[in-house]
Amino acid sequence: MITAERKPIEDLINSVSSYRRILLLGCNECVTVCSAGGRKEVALLSSALQMHFMKEGHPFEIKEITLERQCDPEYVEELVPYIDQADAVLSMACGCGVQEVARRFKEKMVLPAVNTKFMGASERQGVWAERCAGCGDCVLGSTGGVCPIARCSKQLLNGPCGGSGKGKCEVDSDIDCAWQLIWDRLKALGMTEKYEENIPAKDWRTGRGAGPRKIVREDLAS
Amino acid sequence: MKTESTLEKILVSGQLAVTSECGPPRGALPEKVKEKAEMLRGCVDAVNVTDNQTAMVRMSSLSACILIKQMGLNPLLQMVTRDRNRLAMQSEILGAYSHGIDNMLCLSGDHPRFGDHPAAAAVHDIDSVQAVDMVRQMRDEGLFQGGQKIDGPPKMFIGAAANPFADPFELRVARLAKKVKAGVDFIQTQCIYNVDKFEKWMEGVRDRGLDEKVYILAGITPMKSAGMAKYMKNKVPGMDVPDEVVKRIAGVAKENQAEEGMKMCLETIERLRNVKGVAGFHIMAIEWEHKVREIVERAGLLPRPVF
Repeated sequence: MITAERKPIEDLINSVSSYRRILLLGCNECVTVCSAGGRKEVALLSSALQMHFMKEGHPFEIKEITLERQCDPEYVEELVPYIDQADAVLSMACGCGVQEVARRFKEKMVLPAVNTKFMGASERQGVWAERCAGCGDCVLGSTGGVCPIARCSKQLLNGPCGGSGKGKCEVDSDIDCAWQLIWDRLKALGMTEKYEENIPAKDWRTGRGAGPRKIVREDLAS
Repeated sequence: MKTESTLEKILVSGQLAVTSECGPPRGALPEKVKEKAEMLRGCVDAVNVTDNQTAMVRMSSLSACILIKQMGLNPLLQMVTRDRNRLAMQSEILGAYSHGIDNMLCLSGDHPRFGDHPAAAAVHDIDSVQAVDMVRQMRDEGLFQGGQKIDGPPKMFIGAAANPFADPFELRVARLAKKVKAGVDFIQTQCIYNVDKFEKWMEGVRDRGLDEKVYILAGITPMKSAGMAKYMKNKVPGMDVPDEVVKRIAGVAKENQAEEGMKMCLETIERLRNVKGVAGFHIMAIEWEHKVREIVERAGLLPRPVF
């Protein structure tokens, strides 16, 4: 999923302080799963903002809506009846959701309430970690199911570097050395000979190298 | 011979090679480069010029290499994949060779978080193994990495690093094999303090016949003091300094520690020169360049061969 973290409350107060009527917009997808911008976080942030502006004596109205998916025009359309009653939208969705709302409602200010972080997985309760860099040409079949692009600090395709120690990365002892994980997996799979196949320089065009990407499925496109 | 490199000639002749390094200054003063390099004249076969080492901005490796070349010394261009994409690397290599610089070392480089620009993006378009492959292709096939023909290919003698002390130990020989497969000509290793472990690694290297395919220069860094030994042990990633090394240098009076460190490094050289597959020494006397001559002399490695 896409992970996100809410911005500090001071930043959010600052960003909405020049508006009177705010539409606070959650999303029921990834940001709900990572507890950053679902229905619950919308309610919490709404109370915090209302309390702040009430104390300040600043007139402030907030409307809470959580869409099924903010990155999908079909659901964003549901905002039509509400959008005119808001001076600005504060979106708790990932950057994709923020942009979809901004695209649909061209004359409405849309502010991000979260920082979108990465594509990751849940490691344990309350902990998410980066797993995929979206390079567009998956190498996991050669690397024992561990991605060196997303998980090696130097994105080495032929690691590990000389800074791997006791299974950890030199950059931070909280980071597992991706190449240690790859090696352990290759051993478990009985495929250590795979390690010595040099992975050639990557064609980054499938990633960000060729500019913004698009998937067009002719069979589905209308 | 693959190149015109003096370092290659010495290694091919079977004599022990000696290299050392010169870290470029944190400013635009050419005399700083010249002062450091001058100390190495006549006592080493090539002078590694580091590339923004420890991720701190310094004078570029190429420009310092040119200054050193103009002094009549033999520079070795270090290049990290952290700061340049494949276009910038190749143009730099063409430029270097046009100035007669014919040795280089392909590295991934320290992560920006260790340096003075921790906010910088690291490039890593290619990694060090792919960089070796790219330079080999430029030299042997006369082709850019992208496949187009080079008008006057650079004939670089290609080096890379190896750290036998990083984890997992069991794949450190295999990682060397990958660099050999990519076409590396010589290796300069991480500083060796755990000689037993290094010898064990060399055993693995010989078992696979890799010592016949690549020249291995053993990395040597003299300890100046017990403080430095402790720092290297505890603070430098990928460094293996056994307790007895720290104990030994800490066991002598402070004013004698530098000499003790010197003795220890000479003992390491003496032991390693008899290890089959060790083709020479890379002496990294960090901010202690004036000691290189003494080390090389006391190790009996003077005079250096002339080609």
